[in-house]
Amino acid sequence: MTTHTTTPVLETRELSVQFGGHVAVNRVSCRFDSGTLTAIVGPNGAGKTTYFNLISGQLPATEGEVRLRGRVLGGRSAAHRARAGLGRAFQLTQLFPRLSVADNLRLVVQAKLGLGFRFWQPASHLIAVDREVEALLERVDLAGRAEVPASQLSHGGQRRLEVGMMLALDPEVMMFDEPTAGMSLDEAPVVLNLIRSIKEAGEKTILLVEHKMDVIRSLADRIIVLNNGTLLADGEPAEVMSLPSVRQAYLGESGEGAT
Amino acid sequence: MLQALRDTLPANRWIRLVLLAIVLGVIFTPWLFDGTRALDTAARLSIFVVLAASYDLLLGFTGVVSFAHALFFGIGAYAVAIAFDHFAPGFGVLLVAIVAGLGVSLLVAFIMGLVSLRVKTIFYAMITLAVASAATVLVSQLYHLTGGEDGLTYRIPKVLTPAFKLLDDKVFGVRVNGKLMNFYLVVFSSIVLFLIMVRIVASPFGRVLKALRENDFRAQAIGYNTLAYRTTATLLSAAFATLAGVLMALWLRYTGPESVLSLDIMIDVLLMVVIGGMGTLYGAIIGATVLMLAQSYLQGLMGNAQDVIGGVPILSELMAPDRWLLWLGLLFIASVYFFPQGVVGRFSGPAPKEATT
Repeated sequence: MTTHTTTPVLETRELSVQFGGHVAVNRVSCRFDSGTLTAIVGPNGAGKTTYFNLISGQLPATEGEVRLRGRVLGGRSAAHRARAGLGRAFQLTQLFPRLSVADNLRLVVQAKLGLGFRFWQPASHLIAVDREVEALLERVDLAGRAEVPASQLSHGGQRRLEVGMMLALDPEVMMFDEPTAGMSLDEAPVVLNLIRSIKEAGEKTILLVEHKMDVIRSLADRIIVLNNGTLLADGEPAEVMSLPSVRQAYLGESGEGAT
Repeated sequence: MLQALRDTLPANRWIRLVLLAIVLGVIFTPWLFDGTRALDTAARLSIFVVLAASYDLLLGFTGVVSFAHALFFGIGAYAVAIAFDHFAPGFGVLLVAIVAGLGVSLLVAFIMGLVSLRVKTIFYAMITLAVASAATVLVSQLYHLTGGEDGLTYRIPKVLTPAFKLLDDKVFGVRVNGKLMNFYLVVFSSIVLFLIMVRIVASPFGRVLKALRENDFRAQAIGYNTLAYRTTATLLSAAFATLAGVLMALWLRYTGPESVLSLDIMIDVLLMVVIGGMGTLYGAIIGATVLMLAQSYLQGLMGNAQDVIGGVPILSELMAPDRWLLWLGLLFIASVYFFPQGVVGRFSGPAPKEATT
């Protein structure tokens, strides 16, 4: 494996969380570099989403640490981590359901620009925010649905909005948790192409939980495999997928790769 | 200001007309309606609009359920009452009372927020209920300061009393005296307070409040410190309620537990917000109007109805003026049943049935 001379953008050291007697994530140490896309795979219950939750601060770790650009995040809240550059898109769509699609995005842009504590200026006067939102709507193909409440979008539309919110936050680290789950065959490429374009711009550190093998092969620079909360393998896609232990744990058990 | 109004006013034209009619009706009450009763109803209505709107800021916009809102109303009213009870009534004293009232309210709201806004909605609701009950007991115990259950009657600046005559002649049949001054002080202060709230709701901050209500978890994940926002909303809401209490104390020239602090007030405010429409702000105007009119005139109306149908056995029993609370209750049930989103919520915004995918 490559040696790192510089500080990685994101690093977890011995990261663990325990629920009662069950160790959901067990001493996972990993480094993530700028401009790379790492796929995180593993059977259901392997701890992929939990690992994400530990990194983005939705869940406190029992042991170990998360470092962003070398700084230990410790007990920092999810909000603090988001402001520091850890962006998170969720597996179960998390939107502001009764607010319009545009308002969902505006909220994120506004958060990024730190405008939340302005009490007096009309929000509709934030021209810069609106202009950015317009561009984002185009990017995620929702321009025609801007004023519709988010809850009225189709499932695919909601997933696109979720990705759009990540783009709006524009964080250094982007963590996508099964961004194409439940999407139809013709919808999924829109989202995947978006992620590909972010990757090709080369500035972001992308972590992607994904099940579909063809997606992983075409997008990922590197795969890490989690099984029962432990790091089973870490390396280039082809190399990792040929390891016997991985084949047994992941492909052997859920060869269909579905969910 | 116009922009904020444009951004927040309900889209429905009829609702806008009704709102305009209510505002104009209140402003011109001295000329439109006879008697002190109408004037009193209009003044209380203005104050309750502020109180209900400030509660909506919390309940409808931020999604925080509090039962301590009447407490802040009471703090404002008692601040003025105690000040005027001890010192000669003047505007300097009033100013000190307002500052003191706001200070106490903000402190109480801040402590309650720190202790309990982290926890789940239901616990916060229960803690506020406990604090509010404790305050009611405290007020009745601190007899020397608060007048206990009897409350305080005090003098207000003479400029605001009927004894003060501004003009010798009537203006279109209305006596221009201190009472009228007091009325307009209350009404215009209420309008200004309401407009400030409109402005807050239309601001980037207001947008974040809605996000908290919709999905707190997500708001955190995009970087909003939700505890700070919720606490700020609680403080703002408490401040407006306190100022509404100040106006109430000025208008009534009496402050007692029943008029500003009781659970009944809290329930009234809750109903106003729910009937008018949560998260609309303007719903407070409609809700307060419905409730105030019902409370002031339903009894009289039923008296008339009873006279008309006096002979009919069961119906006349039901229409007895003493039964007005029964009808008020039925009115609430009907309104919540038919307008679960409140009047303004029902007639503006996207109708749920036209949902498209």
